[in-house]
Amino acid sequence: MSVSVQQADFDAGAEIAALSAGRDNVGAVASFVGLVRADKAAGANVDAGAVQAMTLEHYPGMTEKALQDIVAEAEGRWSLLGVRVIHRIGRLLPGDRIVFVGAASAHRGDAFAACEFIMDYLKTRAPFWKKEETPAGGRWVDARESDDAAADRWSAPAPGDTQKNG
Amino acid sequence: MNVTVLFFAGLREALGSGRESLPLPPGVATVAGLRDFLAARGEPWSALAGTKNLRVAVNQQMVGFDAAIKDGDEVAFFPPVTGG
Repeated sequence: MSVSVQQADFDAGAEIAALSAGRDNVGAVASFVGLVRADKAAGANVDAGAVQAMTLEHYPGMTEKALQDIVAEAEGRWSLLGVRVIHRIGRLLPGDRIVFVGAASAHRGDAFAACEFIMDYLKTRAPFWKKEETPAGGRWVDARESDDAAADRWSAPAPGDTQKNG
Repeated sequence: MNVTVLFFAGLREALGSGRESLPLPPGVATVAGLRDFLAARGEPWSALAGTKNLRVAVNQQMVGFDAAIKDGDEVAFFPPVTGG
């Protein structure tokens, strides 16, 4: 497994190729790329206009650990031959890539499921926060209940969930 | 007992602070106790008591508010995460 938190962009094709390079037992590589959208973000209470840029803040140290824990959990659930996660930080523009998840396995089912699981857990457990720049000013993105629901369907309780409201 | 407290994202901006090391009085032994102690310092710290869905990590692991804290711990408060 390999996890990176970086400002720099990534080459999704090169990352996908690397997941099977030099191996003859990989039968499937599934991947996901997340991008910055210019439209009004879901969860916004007011129409602040199009997103002109966003800045991703994170918790250095914990972020890397949280991503490694998520990948380790995926490796425990499915037969994986390789996993790569890249999450960008700093200021990004619409169309920019934010996140890459790639999973390699012998058969497609494990790679597809692991990829989706890692994204669902990343959305609710990895300490990243997005701040959007709009014509009306800066605005922190609200967490979405649909993301919680997506993570919950993998049916493992998230740490801290029992005391969500403190 | 001394702890380091971190704040992120909108909470960091509301408090005007990202990091603070401070001694705790006897009796503050849990994350909830620490939050209440900080919030009792008045504005802007009282925001900690009113933040919806406040999340917390002790030594970089997400925990519940009943989690114990000990000398030297790093305790981070933050809003629900929005990466990906």
